[in-house]
Amino acid sequence: MAQKIDIDQVRKVANLSRLDLSSEQLTEFAGQLSSILEYVEKMNELDTDGVEPLAHCLEVSNCFREDIAKESLGTDKTLSNAPEQDGQFFIVPKILDESNAS
Amino acid sequence: MSDELLSLSCRKLTELIRRGEVSSRKAVEAVFSSIEKTEPVVGAYLSTFIDESLERADEIDSKIAAGKKVGKLAGLPIAVKDNMCTTFGATTCGSKILENFHAPYNAAVIERLLAEDAVIVGKLNMDEFAMGSSTENSGLKKTVNPWDVNRVPGGSSGGSAAAVASGMCMAALGSDTGGSIRQPASFCGVVGLKPTYGRVSRYGLVAYGSSLDQIGPLTRDVADAGLMMNVIAGHDDNDSTSVNEKIAPVPDYLENIEKGIEGLTIGVAPQFHAGADVEVLSAIEDAIEVYKGLGAKVVEIDMPHIDYSVAAYYVIATAEASSNLARFDGVHYGHRTAKPEDYIEVYSKSRAEAFGTEVKRRIMLGTYALSSGYYDAYYLKALKVRSLIRSDFTGAFEKCDCIMTPVSPTTAFKIGENIDDPLKMYLSDIYTIGVNLAGIPGISIPCGFDGNDLPVGLQILTPAFTESKLLRIARMFESCTEFHKRRPQKV
Amino acid sequence: MSSVECKVVIGLEIHVQLLTKTKMFCGCALEFAGEPNSRVCPVCLGLPGSLPVMNRKAFELSVMAGLALNCKIANFTKWDRKSYYYPDLPKNYQISQYDLPFSEHGFIEIPVNSGDAKRIRITRAHLEEDAGKNVHTAGNFSQVDLNRAGTPLLEIVTEPDMNSGSEVRALAIELQRIVQYLGVSEASMQKGQMRFEPNVNLHIIKDGKEYKTPITEVKNLNSFRALEESVNYEHSRQLEEFLATGKTMEMGNKSTRGWDADRGVTVLQREKEEAHDYRYFPDPDLLPVKLTDEWIEDMRSKLCELPLQKQFRYVKEFKLSEYDAGVLTAERAVAELFEGAVEQGGEPKRVCNIISQAGLKLANEAGRSMAELNIDAEGVAAIAKMVEANEINAGAAGAILAEMTKTDKSAKAIAEELNLIQKSDASELEGLVDAVIAENPQAVDDVKSGGKKSKAARGFLMGKVMQKAKGQANPKIVSQILAKKFG
Ligand SMILES: [Zn+2]
Repeated sequence: MAQKIDIDQVRKVANLSRLDLSSEQLTEFAGQLSSILEYVEKMNELDTDGVEPLAHCLEVSNCFREDIAKESLGTDKTLSNAPEQDGQFFIVPKILDESNAS
Repeated sequence: MSDELLSLSCRKLTELIRRGEVSSRKAVEAVFSSIEKTEPVVGAYLSTFIDESLERADEIDSKIAAGKKVGKLAGLPIAVKDNMCTTFGATTCGSKILENFHAPYNAAVIERLLAEDAVIVGKLNMDEFAMGSSTENSGLKKTVNPWDVNRVPGGSSGGSAAAVASGMCMAALGSDTGGSIRQPASFCGVVGLKPTYGRVSRYGLVAYGSSLDQIGPLTRDVADAGLMMNVIAGHDDNDSTSVNEKIAPVPDYLENIEKGIEGLTIGVAPQFHAGADVEVLSAIEDAIEVYKGLGAKVVEIDMPHIDYSVAAYYVIATAEASSNLARFDGVHYGHRTAKPEDYIEVYSKSRAEAFGTEVKRRIMLGTYALSSGYYDAYYLKALKVRSLIRSDFTGAFEKCDCIMTPVSPTTAFKIGENIDDPLKMYLSDIYTIGVNLAGIPGISIPCGFDGNDLPVGLQILTPAFTESKLLRIARMFESCTEFHKRRPQKV
Repeated sequence: MSSVECKVVIGLEIHVQLLTKTKMFCGCALEFAGEPNSRVCPVCLGLPGSLPVMNRKAFELSVMAGLALNCKIANFTKWDRKSYYYPDLPKNYQISQYDLPFSEHGFIEIPVNSGDAKRIRITRAHLEEDAGKNVHTAGNFSQVDLNRAGTPLLEIVTEPDMNSGSEVRALAIELQRIVQYLGVSEASMQKGQMRFEPNVNLHIIKDGKEYKTPITEVKNLNSFRALEESVNYEHSRQLEEFLATGKTMEMGNKSTRGWDADRGVTVLQREKEEAHDYRYFPDPDLLPVKLTDEWIEDMRSKLCELPLQKQFRYVKEFKLSEYDAGVLTAERAVAELFEGAVEQGGEPKRVCNIISQAGLKLANEAGRSMAELNIDAEGVAAIAKMVEANEINAGAAGAILAEMTKTDKSAKAIAEELNLIQKSDASELEGLVDAVIAENPQAVDDVKSGGKKSKAARGFLMGKVMQKAKGQANPKIVSQILAKKFG
């Protein structure tokens, strides 16, 4: 039987997930994800027409904070866990495709 | 002497400390001598803070000596799962990607523990990012079950359960997204409570499935769980999803804990028993007999959608996780690959190198479920199924005060037994997962042992924000049984 | 030779930074500039375990803007996560609003030639958080600053209802006036508090057939001028490209171009709109927002008259020119000063002149806004009334206004102190006229001769009288006396 999700789709998902996976891993995941998805499709046995999706169990809304400033961490603490920094900024390899932002 | 101290309840020990009959230092020393002895075998801790703990114990002791007021957990050596941020030590989530991460802030629950004068002695092992049911997915350490070192302690709060069971702390905090407190509590023979979603602040809890995650206590008896709830429950301005106390007031969880429930009605659903081992089932049935003996009535309830909870859960939890874990990218904190070619590789290589297989698998699954073209079929469908599952519970609670089920279809399984079949591992969460989808509280209490002398847990469920009632029901059983008093002798 | 008709079509995507003290979901202070990465906390740094909490003020300001843009405000709105990886986005998702924005289906009216308004439809307006900034300096690395990360942004999307660079500019100016009037934003384009991204293409009719050129999204626009010029540039560029290649709009051939202000051209940044998969889903860390009709109406009651309505009203009610009305309504404080002075009895045209000439000149010189000049409506009205009553000449208004910025004295007191009160006492002035007549017999003769020198001589005498009065004689009365003397 054909797999629910093929290796190309797995590669696309890995790319979206920013995971650099080896071809063995891609193959392994294709098999595992396929069987999980097949199981998950068990949900289709249920008629959910007209059922409200439940994103949240809490039936509350409108949690606001007032517009009052709190202390920030400051530059040193902000950068304290950074893999690479220059005392002022986080450093990453040069971003060439600026327009790739949203 | 030290073993004696550690066999006391949290309530008793803190009372002795408060009265000056035992020093907090003594209690902390007892815990560390137990750690010294047991930790090499069990492997529950990712970090311990002996010097800081003794210093803090001395501070509390001198506060008491000076007649100052001390908190509800005065001097108690307590440990927390390593997915709660602390300004002391690292906060790793059992992952290589956070191995060297030092949080610049404390989680809300940590602040609450400290405000009540607890001594936080260390941080406990877990499945990486709380993804797992055996703690085998920890990227940093192996933890075994104190009842049988060839078996898993359960997960994902396996370190928490193992440490409490083996006397390496007086109580612990865990987190529960699909059973991660209740199942290891059951496997290790301790009490584990998952509170109602929104009862305890998630601020500073590293998120796995944000709409499901909840912090709760693992303790040696039910009243200690109540004591811990008295400290950690309540609203937090930093967590929008922590419920306003005007809507859901926080009671004193110890106040009526011995009172039991007159005319208790227990709901039992066939769907909650299907697939369980015979020995597990018989322990649950025996437990229900005990309740009957106390005057409880049993009614059968129908939970037609529970069978779909694993499917819905593994879509919702992984979808949320895929987004929650996007931040671990090697840019602002955490592991970064050694020689990235470009900034894209900072992401894809750092993540590939430092995340374990189960985490990758769930990120992939969740990303797929949210991706264009699949959202409706998987994610949206799962939210609708979630709605149906919650209705099952709402309907059931119209007929009964509580629902009783096994926590897990089996007792602790062997290390490596389920690791190669992720789906089989997921299916073992069948009894616990629906509770998270519905947001209601659930507790696991020791209710028997199987033929291998492994503990069996009874799961009790009540409606949202009725933890007080839940604890009273649990205490009814505990007060006339001895299962919770047995401690593992093998380590 | 074939016939070609061409219409440019522009829609806008606009980001407006809200005027709050703190960020959208955390308590970090919002201030322009500041040490890099100094205004960052666990929430806007996206640290594990941190959670967002909505800023009430940001929500209120955006609802006010939505109402001012005639949008329908939703009774239920929620937050969604928009996923993409970028170093200035610490969580690698942006908290935004996807399928249930807080407002939709509005419009904005913009002034077009001579007093007409054109209605531009607003598709939707929603709230979101801004990203930080990637700084590309020398070397083979980029620097990331998160001070801006989490700043509350109002995103406004218009329908493609604009048909020229000048209309786009007019909309931008109008929107800026509106949000500034409402205190929703400082809306400085230079500071990046208001950012416009036009989507431009052409509808071409060639030989009776209609063609649409591929849509271009233009970025890097930080002035109204750049906005207008870039649209005009795209207009001609796309026409040339179409005539050369015949390329038309298809799925996915939308491109992104950056405005190069120095060269006055747009430069291709991204050839094709990539198939972004943002994987939107409801943010489980935030609760939805439910708005009651009462609350929305309460917000509506806090709105003020919008600038363009004011502008049109000034023309109609006060008979001001289009230009004057525009100047007076550019800033809310100026319009309020004007209306206050008129209410206190100042003649509208006179008040307008005092504010738009003397007042704005003073503000310019001081490098401040009118609001910061310590001039109140009462003072302006008093000056206007003194001019009207010939107590001072129109030119003296500026000097009095300038003094007013420094003291709390009344207009009258200042005028007296500065000797600006005109002599209007006829008998006193008559004495001066008599003296001048006595001293200048030649000029008197010239006047009387009635010849061509007469007019000049009369002016000469007038000047002498003014000189004697040290400039404080009321010229009207002097002229009347002279007329009486010479018949
Ligand atoms: Zn912040």
